[in-house]
Amino acid sequence: MLRVEHLKVGSLPALTFAVADGECLAIEGPSGSGKTRLLRAIADLDQVEGHVFLDGVERRELTGPQWRRAVRYVAAEAGWWTDTARPAISQTGTASARTGRMITTLGLTDAILDKPLSQLSTGERQRLALARALGDEPRVLLLDEPTGALDATSSALVEELIRFQMLAGRSVLLASHDVLLVGRLAHVRLQLARPQPAVSPTATRRNSP
Amino acid sequence: MTYVPLDITDLMLAASLLIANGLISIAFRLKLERSFVIAALRMVVQLSIVSLALTFIFQVNDPRWTAFFAILMGAAAAYEVNYRQERRVKGAIAIALAAGAPFLAGLVATLFAAIAIVAPDPWYAPRYLLPIFGMMLGNALTGTSLVLDTLTQGVQRERTAIEARLALGATRFEALDNVLRRALTTGLTPILTAMAATGIVSLPGMMTGQILAGVDPVAAAKYQVMIMFLISGATGIAVVAAGLGAVLLITDERHRLRLDRLES
Repeated sequence: MLRVEHLKVGSLPALTFAVADGECLAIEGPSGSGKTRLLRAIADLDQVEGHVFLDGVERRELTGPQWRRAVRYVAAEAGWWTDTARPAISQTGTASARTGRMITTLGLTDAILDKPLSQLSTGERQRLALARALGDEPRVLLLDEPTGALDATSSALVEELIRFQMLAGRSVLLASHDVLLVGRLAHVRLQLARPQPAVSPTATRRNSP
Repeated sequence: MTYVPLDITDLMLAASLLIANGLISIAFRLKLERSFVIAALRMVVQLSIVSLALTFIFQVNDPRWTAFFAILMGAAAAYEVNYRQERRVKGAIAIALAAGAPFLAGLVATLFAAIAIVAPDPWYAPRYLLPIFGMMLGNALTGTSLVLDTLTQGVQRERTAIEARLALGATRFEALDNVLRRALTTGLTPILTAMAATGIVSLPGMMTGQILAGVDPVAAAKYQVMIMFLISGATGIAVVAAGLGAVLLITDERHRLRLDRLES
């Protein structure tokens, strides 16, 4: 269970909410309303006031890297620091085997790991980044526009993968402009208002999908 | 040891070449005439003051005066290294790092030379200490500002990749290792090139000076070799200290990348 208490992100009012294991919270709002900043804050990538707990443990009780190994932020724009994907994927045996399976699940082949990243499409890099992020089995997934650069077929594969992660007990926080995707996946929604003048986030709950 | 001393008319004769620079500047409309005059005047005034100060310090031969002069040189270097950088890290600690890394490196290398290698009598003889310290400081300073510049530019350009690694659970040194490695390489390149090119492309200034002053070329070359080794040591110390320190300054204890700490 991920619990956020009085998290002060940008000009938003302090946010308090919880996401149970295996549930999906969708964060909605227009561009600039703070969806990315909220996800980054939960991953402890930006300095913000407030508390975030994972199973009762506050993020400051762990080191930054320990926290981010459990609470995994997957950016909308995938970052790479090597020429091909393979060296950037977890190197331990089980994790790399798991990443390999996910690459197949996402409609890619193992051979793509040895192609120059600069020659891959944005969508391929985005799917690779998602597979990379899941290799070491984080507890919570913070997905920022996971289908942003994908066509319908690939989006469906990503959606299935997210659903499978939820079945495995992972909490998912999903920021997406795809209302249909959100409608199918989300248990709870967090609506962020336009950045100015006044903001009032409301969380509405609906029955399981 | 004999050499031909210069008098004031010799210097004025040499200065006449500046007129050529002025004419070039006017012919090509470079608008550098003023800058040339100012730079030349600065050089004459600065070197006069320094030579008079050194004459005084060599005469009194007191370690306190030597230390005082060395600190003045360090302060000038501190100003220079902070002034040279394009986008500095904010705050007094960053300024102290940029100033401290070359100073510390220069001090270590100079003391090593004074105590173990040259060993003048007394060991603090300013005639040896101050010129060596100056050369160490100058080169360590170049290395330091190259490292800091490369590092701050690197983290801005590769922000997405660095944050991707942090998000995957990397520590700050893991996430910045590409950028840091490139910065250290850049900082060490000038001394590498200098060592490889010395004697072929150019005769180093210090060796030239000693030869002009009547020293046997072989003896001058030996001094130059020692100085080059000292410079590579000093540059190494400064570059590593500045690089590691800068990584700590542009990240925080939660292993976050803090680009907000860069001056805009």
